[in-house]
Amino acid sequence: MKQLVALRVNGELHEVYVPVHKTLLEVLREDLGLTGTKHGCELGECGTCTVLVDGEPILSCLTLPVEVQGRDIITVEGLATQGVPHPLQVAFAELNAAQCGYCTPGMLMSAKALLDRNPDPAPDEVREALAGNLCRCTGYVKIVDAVRLAARRQQGDLGAVVEEIERALNEGVVREPGS
Amino acid sequence: MPTNGYDDRKNRSNLGSHLKQETSVVGRPLMKVDAMSKVTGQAIYADDIHLPRMAYARLLPSTQPHARIVRVETSKAEALPGVLAVITGRDLPIKYGILPVSQDETALAVDKVRFVGEPVAAVAAVDEETAERALELIEVEYDPLKPIMSIEEALEDTEVRIQEYGHGGNIHKMVSLQFGDVEAGFAEADYVREDLFFYQGNNHLAMEEHSAVAHYSPDGKLTLWSATQTPHYVHRALAKVLELPPSRIRVIACHPGGGFGGKSDPFHHEICAAKLAMLTGRPVKITLTREEVFYAHRGRHPVLMWVKTGVKKTGEITAMHFRSMLDGGAYGSYGVATTYYTGALQTVTYKIPRYKFEGLRVFTNKPPCGPKRGHGTPQPRFALEVHLDKICEEMGWDPAEWRQQQACEPFSLTANHLRITTIGLKECIEKVVAASGFREKFRKLPYGRGVGLACSAYLSGANLPIYWNDMPHSGAMVKVDRGGGVTVYCGSTDIGQGSNSVLAYVVAEVLGVRPQDVAVVTADTDLTPVDLGSYSSRVTVMTGNAAIEAAQNVRELLFQAAADELGTTSDQLDAAGGRIFRRDDPGVGLPFAKVAQLAEARFGTLAAVGSFTPPKTPGRYKGAGVGPSPSYSYTACVVEVDVDPETGWVRVPTVWIAHDIGRALNPILVEGQAEGSVYMGLGEALMEEQVFRRNLHKIPSMLDYKSPTFLETPDIETILVETNDPHGPFGAKEAGQGPLLPVPPALCNAIYDAVGVRIDELPVTPDKILKALERKAKGQDPRVGPTRMPHVEWVEPIYVEPPDLRHDPSLMPATKPT
Repeated sequence: MKQLVALRVNGELHEVYVPVHKTLLEVLREDLGLTGTKHGCELGECGTCTVLVDGEPILSCLTLPVEVQGRDIITVEGLATQGVPHPLQVAFAELNAAQCGYCTPGMLMSAKALLDRNPDPAPDEVREALAGNLCRCTGYVKIVDAVRLAARRQQGDLGAVVEEIERALNEGVVREPGS
Repeated sequence: MPTNGYDDRKNRSNLGSHLKQETSVVGRPLMKVDAMSKVTGQAIYADDIHLPRMAYARLLPSTQPHARIVRVETSKAEALPGVLAVITGRDLPIKYGILPVSQDETALAVDKVRFVGEPVAAVAAVDEETAERALELIEVEYDPLKPIMSIEEALEDTEVRIQEYGHGGNIHKMVSLQFGDVEAGFAEADYVREDLFFYQGNNHLAMEEHSAVAHYSPDGKLTLWSATQTPHYVHRALAKVLELPPSRIRVIACHPGGGFGGKSDPFHHEICAAKLAMLTGRPVKITLTREEVFYAHRGRHPVLMWVKTGVKKTGEITAMHFRSMLDGGAYGSYGVATTYYTGALQTVTYKIPRYKFEGLRVFTNKPPCGPKRGHGTPQPRFALEVHLDKICEEMGWDPAEWRQQQACEPFSLTANHLRITTIGLKECIEKVVAASGFREKFRKLPYGRGVGLACSAYLSGANLPIYWNDMPHSGAMVKVDRGGGVTVYCGSTDIGQGSNSVLAYVVAEVLGVRPQDVAVVTADTDLTPVDLGSYSSRVTVMTGNAAIEAAQNVRELLFQAAADELGTTSDQLDAAGGRIFRRDDPGVGLPFAKVAQLAEARFGTLAAVGSFTPPKTPGRYKGAGVGPSPSYSYTACVVEVDVDPETGWVRVPTVWIAHDIGRALNPILVEGQAEGSVYMGLGEALMEEQVFRRNLHKIPSMLDYKSPTFLETPDIETILVETNDPHGPFGAKEAGQGPLLPVPPALCNAIYDAVGVRIDELPVTPDKILKALERKAKGQDPRVGPTRMPHVEWVEPIYVEPPDLRHDPSLMPATKPT
């Protein structure tokens, strides 16, 4: 049985006609072409498919689209504002918090939910908030560092952020004390 | 966290083996060249590919651990609307396998199944749901055979054979090597000790499930996009099994979402996707479920080990004898190499003048084991470092000081004829001991808390290729555009370790441009020169050297063109900061793009190639091919633990790790490898295990297969030691695997320091700690671990005279001109 579902994803309204049992993860990836959201287990165990619904991190592999109609869904593709990457994205890139990068979109969404409610989390608060997201590459160290670095920065304008990325690519990361 | 060096605009190298003394790119903590694509969700992984008219395929798993296939009936599945094709083992009968000596796999089981989960048939349909429904309509009739599920059963039962080849019975491979008279060595020892250890198998658990998309075009060309670490070997396997000329097959490795060795074999699903694309004329995608990933496996071999070592009162080792028994699962995979690796690198850390190794691998009715980070060396390293800790305890030696005293010498040979170049082991021990406060803590912390030390060595790439050939292991091509852009092409696959960035860094360094001005094209068999793949920690050393050579060759053309304009000769020029200039008068120069135009006008299209072949190996005996490397990395590790004697729960607050990286091309990437290795080593030491019950995988899901989260992962302090290896690109050695090795033994040594029990069997789960504490309370041997090795008739060893282990200046390569 199919159903027409209206989803607001990254501020854009989409109407999709999908089987009722198709998960939000599948609809995002297959029907909306938003492949930035990944999957690692399909059973709600790994956190890789995390997206935000009204600011709360949820597992899209365990969510049916009908449950989230009319709510604000944010995926990794919606993290940047007008082409300006979110401070979390820049910090993850600079500090090598993304190795294979596969868990990164989900990790970023959980981290954004954390920073939105706690702008200056302690390392243990970061670990607690992200404990549902598994990463096999990094040993989590640089992810904690990156979330805290992002917390210390304000979102800049496009020019400033591009400059920051350029510097990180060509000159290197300047680590701040206590990072 | 190291913070020194990051503010220096120029980084100095002690060795002028490659190029410049001063570097402007190498050594800096740069952002990876593909980092932004990964943090914005734009990096494309195999399952992200959606092609027009794409069909979806699923594999039918065997429900039997060991059985003859009597009949596979597919007609009902074929009749289901939406099904496009159904194939069985008969459609793909040609055998393949990663090693030429173990061509024992078929894409789908033919005649016989050898483990639960082994694919028996494959269906392509218009969508995944239809393919799933079709699988339910396939009838398979099995004639069950006796399942063999352990090393003991495999050795006992020689009647029921899982494979029809190998050493005999269910022994796949048996190895016996002897270097010198070990019995004489034991006779002259003051103390001889024997110990038994077991290291449980485990899965890579890469976050991304394996996935492949195949497209067969009407002009007869096959393209396969796959989550693979080894597109070159997939290319070869597809050509063999599908009987297509390699020239009509293109394999593209997408960004693998984690590999750790688990995506290094050619796989069932890759071949099935290709065959189904050929049959249906439509693109076909197969993505494994997490459960299927546990069946595809190729993970850490479970290994049972026995080690005997003799030492003098003065500290010297007189001889060592090591035995290993590997549980290989149902197929060969990399297993023959793994077997040799369980005996190869014992000799590379401490001076062992006489050494004997006996190893065997058995077939069992379980998913095939293969290479996981450290490939066959974490298991013996665990055994060795705990065993040596017990010897130090018995002899009253300081475990750090003893290891430093016995460390191998730089530019020396080992008993098994491996050539050591640079060795930073002593410095690694010194630094990790100082940073952790080991001397203030060891045997001094209150009951329940403890510290442990262990060391290790690992290859910077294997000197011999997987299939015998005398071609280079790595090739690179560098093209210079008249606009000043540079592109480097190389067959290597960036699995997250940053190998694409390494290519950009070394080319940018040689040509004096910025990394961002270097485009990187990799892992595409149509576009890129062959690189053997991302395994054996070979990529930085081999592709780095190949790319340096290519860049130097193209730079020579640029310098020749610039020399006339600048009134000098090409050997008087240098390149840096986007300019080519006179070394004697740096103000006189030209912009890089201008020189590119002059050179193109003079020489035509600007491109050059480079390649790397590892140095010749000194060992001349059968089996000498496993172990040699251009260089060895060294690691020392201190783990601190907090053991709750009531619950047996082990908490690890901090791990200190010092790694001899040769030279860090980018310290932030090297730290990432060390941190990830520590994390993965702790996972294996404390909780991860691939185990079976009643012939079934006990826990094929991420919830039940425990792995450390943020909360179980300790603070990790990484210290980088630089030794500037002459064989490395700008002095670099490996970082991706070595730092995992000392973590499990350091943990077990710390547990002994904390509560006085020896857990000689991984993983160290709380029940084992409690059992050992109970034994201790009863006055029994406070140890949990294996108590015997099954009896086997070992083959007569190949005897090789060991060389002199002392430093030998003739092993130092001549320094190349800058």
